[in-house]
Formats: sequence, structure tokens, C-alpha cells
Amino acid sequence: MEEMIDNTQVLEEDTQKGRFLTFSLDKESYGIEIKYVTEIIGLQEITEVPELPDYIKGIINLRGKIIPVMDIRLRFKKSEKEYNDRTCVIVLEVQDISIGIIVDTVSEVLTIPEEDIVEPPQMNTNYKNRYIKNIGKVASEVKLLIDCEKLLTEDEMEELNESL
Amino acid sequence: MSGTYSNEPMLDMFIFETSQLIEQLEQIILASEKETGFNSHAINDIFRIMHTIKGSSAMMMFNDISTVSHAIEDIFYFLREENPENIDCSKLSDLVLEAVDYIKDEVDKIKAGEDTSNNPSELIETLKEFLANLKSENKSISLEIKEQPKEKPQYYISPDKTASNNYKHTYKAVIYFDEGCEMENIRAYTIIHNIKDITSDYHFFPMDIIDNDESCEVIRKEGFQIYFKTDKSYEEMHEFFMQTIFLRDLELTELEDDEYKKIAETKETEVEEIKVLSSEPIKVPKLDDEEKIVIDKSRQTAISSQSFISVSVTKLDQLMDLVGEMVVAEAMVIQNPDLQGLELDNFQKAARQLNKITNEIQDVVMSIRMVALSATFLKMHRIVRDMSRKLNKEVELEIIGEDTEVDKNIIEHISDPLMHLVRNAIDHGIEPRKERLAKAKEAKGTVTLEAKNAGNDVLVMVKDDGRGLDKSKIYKKAKEKGLVFKNEDEMTDREIFNLILVPGFSTKANVSEFSGRGVGMDVVARNIESVGGSIIVDSQLDKGTIITMKIPLTLAIIDGMIIKVGKSSYTIPTISIKESFRPKQEDIITDPDGREMIMVRGQCYPILRLHNFYKIHTDVTSFTDGIFIMVEEDEKSLCIFVDELLGQQQVVVKALPNYIQKYRKIKGLAGCTLLGDGSISLILDVGELIKL
Repeated sequence: MEEMIDNTQVLEEDTQKGRFLTFSLDKESYGIEIKYVTEIIGLQEITEVPELPDYIKGIINLRGKIIPVMDIRLRFKKSEKEYNDRTCVIVLEVQDISIGIIVDTVSEVLTIPEEDIVEPPQMNTNYKNRYIKNIGKVASEVKLLIDCEKLLTEDEMEELNESL
Repeated sequence: MSGTYSNEPMLDMFIFETSQLIEQLEQIILASEKETGFNSHAINDIFRIMHTIKGSSAMMMFNDISTVSHAIEDIFYFLREENPENIDCSKLSDLVLEAVDYIKDEVDKIKAGEDTSNNPSELIETLKEFLANLKSENKSISLEIKEQPKEKPQYYISPDKTASNNYKHTYKAVIYFDEGCEMENIRAYTIIHNIKDITSDYHFFPMDIIDNDESCEVIRKEGFQIYFKTDKSYEEMHEFFMQTIFLRDLELTELEDDEYKKIAETKETEVEEIKVLSSEPIKVPKLDDEEKIVIDKSRQTAISSQSFISVSVTKLDQLMDLVGEMVVAEAMVIQNPDLQGLELDNFQKAARQLNKITNEIQDVVMSIRMVALSATFLKMHRIVRDMSRKLNKEVELEIIGEDTEVDKNIIEHISDPLMHLVRNAIDHGIEPRKERLAKAKEAKGTVTLEAKNAGNDVLVMVKDDGRGLDKSKIYKKAKEKGLVFKNEDEMTDREIFNLILVPGFSTKANVSEFSGRGVGMDVVARNIESVGGSIIVDSQLDKGTIITMKIPLTLAIIDGMIIKVGKSSYTIPTISIKESFRPKQEDIITDPDGREMIMVRGQCYPILRLHNFYKIHTDVTSFTDGIFIMVEEDEKSLCIFVDELLGQQQVVVKALPNYIQKYRKIKGLAGCTLLGDGSISLILDVGELIKL
């Protein structure tokens, strides 16, 4: 019986493995592992919360649950762009923390086989690299695969250092 | 299949059950002590409780708990069987309570996920010693009893065999446990215990599983055989047995009715034969009429208690969130802008009906979270007992209004303060016997716990008929410690009494085990304030002291004033608002450091510009355009400058998301709430803003 349960768990993980939700910012295309994604919603009214970094836009009411939203453009230190009706919020759940990520637009869900995923090149100067776990190749395009856990946790140290 | 013994739901169940049983046990012991002696009901109950704890803890592999409960069980088994006359009741209750404390401790550790390494060997030794003493002291009696002919073993056989014909199916089940799982007899007993819910007509072999440890061997070799009749189908019964922990093998077969009868009869005679053959008589609990009634009663209570279920608080929180959402959604439908200006009589009627129902649902959901104070109050019995013994004072605890209901969260917060107050009352309040008699008071002191509803608050009072508070002594002490600046005759009685709540104040020179460390009352006051309550002290010299805790019914819902700054809306708890007013420019004072202050009726208050504080963009920056809200907490005041007031409303308090809390504690924010239109408002923490 245990084996059966194990099997189903493996199966369930299998269906999510190697699948990525992709979205684009400017010219680059990014991917988020599908297992972290709970849902995609349209942009809602955001309530500002004081004393937070600028990339945390505030909090939204997701059917009674209050979650923070992060503007990924600001997180990646890109210029701010006005929100329009294509702007989406991707709701992620990472280590029991729910957060919404504001992106310009979501593209599609892709399966990227393991052999097409490579380590990012080592460039210490590039600040972006910290949140990019891997690079996926899809046909001729390149997808930057985001490390969700770092995206949510890394900043604390950084902010602390900055403020010191 | 194996290895499931460590799974979470079972552990939760174990913790829940054990703590409930322990609480029950404590009550029984305290009650028995009051009657100065254990009657047969109490002994039976204690035996049963210890037995259950032993079984379940052995099953969960908590061997320390199991051995301790086993030792207690042995004592009570002896008491039940032999009815000895020379029992040191107070020593016995002390021992049992010590064991109860130990088990409580262990269960707490298990709950916290800590290692249960505390070795109980010392405790077990004392328990065994006690039993040995008891046995030797009562030897003559016990021998006599042993010589009496044993009654036919019938304890674990259902008393009403006549009902057997009503069941449709008859089965035989042979159960084999995993090798090395230990305590096969206890595990077998668990099955029997469970099967009682399904049928009242069953026989099993070996029959002496509980009293005879040898039965383990038999079960190991031949399996544990159960013959029973039931209405359940083969599949259902198979499933039932498959739930057994450490099950290695199961043989379940359906039998003919006659066969069953034969087996039932032979089994009984077999047991009798064994009894005759074995030189030592098998110990079988007697089942006299009185005990029968007890068992019947306990069965009945078991049935009636099934109308309760325990639900995890997270589920209730979820439910409350959803109801909140529903209220918002309802408002969105009924006040939909598309409907404006339309004459919709039928729609309005239906909407009113919907509104009524949603309101009712909201009330019910709130009431689910409410818990009666009785459990918290009953816990105090133990404290009163321990203290009155240690301090050699006779104290009686009186409880009034224990059915008063309070939100679950709040109960957790008041349990410690309450304990402290009761301790204080006994230690400082109630005088020693001699002093009481000299004052022409009853020798026995009384501490009264009382709870009652008062509007949106609950009042919990701790009353004692002791020596009361000495005003001048308190004043002198406070003066010495530099805690007061006014003259004694300028202060009201209440003001003076309230000095005992100030940090650093303690009138008792010597520190006792229970109270008087000087950190007492102010901690109590702070605890109560943290749930939005307050403390009132009242006292009369030589008559007694009344300490009243005023606590809100619930933490989850507060009355709030919704205000606007720029585009954001904030909520200020209405309790802390004193007034709101539009200022005159000439009342505003600015000191050389640029700090702004305002004069109101001759008093000067600091000003907090909320838009500056939180860096919110707003067009309202001149004082005459906006509005001031004066808030007060801990007798300190502050004027908060905001754009405008939006209105007052009851709001459901929610915590800020985890991510934000982890990032940083935002100064002055207590949480957030959803407004009627689905938008979010941030709740200000007035206490924190004032301290800035």
C-alpha cells in the first residue's frame, strides 16, 4: 500500500516536473517552475503598505486571503512600467508563503526536458544572476528560469546590508 | 503497512485524548480528596483512565508515560480488588498528582516536538514502594479476600447475551501481530475496545489479555482470536481489522450461528478449566452490581459525548474568512452600480432575506470559536489545593458563572494571569487560621472566581475574603520606590490600589515559592492589556479584595474608525480614540526642533502626521484642511493628523501576510482588515505610535 502511495506521489510530481510558466519582461523570457504557481489573476486594487522596499507594491485581497504583491520589474531593477489590462499577477506559494508577482504578461506553459536545462554562466558582476537558477533552451529561444525560493528570501540580507 | 505508528493525526489524537483524560483524572482526585477518601466510583474511574493512557501511550511508543501509568494502575488495581482499609489518602493523592504532573509534562514535550527524555524511574520507585507498603499493611485483609471463591469470569464478556440473535452475521477473526511489536495483549485489548462500538456480542481468546502478561506469548504463537456477531458486512469488518496497528496477518471467516454458540460455550468452560488447573487463581475483576451501573453510565456518557467534535482552529479561521468574503460579495451584488436607480421590489425583498441569513451565519461562526471558561476555572482547584497545603491555610474555591463564553484565543491569554491572581489571593490575601479566628472570621478562607458578561466585555473576578489591601502601606511603599508623585489624600482609593499594577511594585518583603517576586501584578496587567482588556482593583481592609479583569469577548472583531490619508485607508481601534476635532491654527505650537504640538483645553499634546510618518502622498498637509484624532493608551495621548474620517465600522482583524512580517516589523501597524467593498485597510497600533 505504501508503494502505491509512493507511486501516485511520484506520478503527481512527474506531471509537474520540467514544466514552466513563462512570461516576458522587455526582450527576455523567464520561466517559473509550475509547482510553485497557484493561480494567475488579473491586476487588482493594491493597498500600499509603508516601510517596505519599493518592489513590494503592497497587499491585495485574494478572496479573503491577504497576500503581498511584488513587481518583478523593480525586483530585477528594471524601469517601472505603467500597468495595463495585460498586466497579470502570478500567485506563488513557496515554503508556505504566498506572494503575487506582477508581470507584464504571461506567455504559456512549456515543458523543458532536463537535457535542455543548463547552468547559468558564472558572472559575478551581474546582479540578476542571483535569482536565475538555470537557463532553459526552447527551440532557438532562451528562457531564464527563476529560483523562486531565492526570489523571496534573498532580499532580507541584501536590504539589511544596504541599510547598514 | 507497518511503521504507521508515528503518523501525525494519531499523535494529535493521542495528545488530545491524554490531556483530556489527565484533566478528568485531576478533577476526580481533587473531588475525592474533598470527600477524604476514594470511593469505588473514583477508584474505578482512575483505574480506567490510567489503563487507557497506558494502552495508548504504549501504542504510541511513549514508554515512560506507559510505565508511570502502569504503576498507578497497579496501585488502583490493588485498591479495587482488595479494598484495603489502611490507605494514606493524602499521600496517595500526592503521588497520583505527581504522576499526573509528570505525564502532563511529557505530553507538553511531545506536543512541542521535544525529546521525552525525562526519566521517571524515581517516581516509579516511589509508586512501587507505596504499593508494597500498602500491600504489607493490608496483608491480612488481602489474604482473606484471596481465599474467597472467584466469581465466574465475565468482565470482558458483554452482559446482555440475549441480544445476540439480532445480529445478522457471525465471524471468526484471527489476528497476528508483527513480530517484535511488544505488548500484544494491549494491542489486542485495543481491538476489543474498538469492537465494542460495533457489537456487544463477542468472545475472544486468550481471555485474560489485560491481567495476564503471559497472554502475549499465546497471541504471538496462536494469534488473537475473536468470535463475534454483527450486522456489518464482511468487507466492512475486514476494513475494520485492517486498521489495526502492527497487523501482520488477518484471517476473517464467516461462521454459522450454531458453530458460534458452541465456541462461545466451550471458550467459557475452557477458561474455567484453566482456572481450576492453574495453582494460582487468575485475577479477574469482580463485577458487582454497583460496578455494572458505573460501566453502563460511562457508556451512556460516551454516547452523549459523541455529539461533540473537535475541529482545528485553522479550519474555523478559514470558515470565518469565507464568511467575511461572502458578506463582501453580498454587498457587491446588492449595491451593484448596475442596479442603481432601478425599482426592484422583489429583488430588494430577496436581498433583505439574504442579508438576514448572512448575518446569522456570521454570528454562528463567531459563536463556534467561543469556549466556556469552565476548563480554565476548574484548573484553579489544583492550585488552591497545592497552595493551601503548602501554606497551611484552609481555603475553599468557589466558582460562579463558569459557563460564560470567551473567544478561544483570549482564554489562552487569561489562564496565566488568572493563576497568578488566585495564587496572590491565597498567599497574600487569606490570613492564617489564627489570625482569621482572632478577626472573628470563619477559619476557612474563600476565594471566589466569577465570570459574567457585560456588553461586549466579559468580567472575570477573583475575590477573596482575606485581609484586604492596606492603602497607606501601598502608598508608603510606592513613595519609597519613587512610583508616585501625588499626595496620599489627593489620590482616590482606586488610584492607590492600582499602584500594585505598576512595574517594580511588590509589598511582600519575603519571596515565597508561589508569589511575591515583584514581577507579578504588572505582568498580569500587561497580559490582560495585550488582549485589549483592563484590570480594576477594589479592596476593603480586613474584608477582602476583588480584582476584576475586563476582557473583550473576541480578539477577532474590533470596532474601528476608518480614516483616509492620501489614497490609503487606515483603521484606528475605537476604544483608544478619545475625540476627533478640527484644530485652529493658533493652537498649534512648534518647538525649536520642529516638533509640532497642539493645545487642547490647556493641555499640550504631541502631533503625529500620518502622511509624513508613512510617507504617503497626500494633498492635505495644512492642519486646517484635515482632522485630528486624539488617541489615548496607558494614560498617554497623541493627536494623529489625517485627511478625513470615513466612518465607524466593526472590522475583522487579520494578520499581515507572512512575507511582510518576515521582512520587517512595520512600526505602528497591528494588522489589516477587509472593508465592505473588498478593499484593504491597515489597522494602526495606537500603543506603539504613542511610544515613538
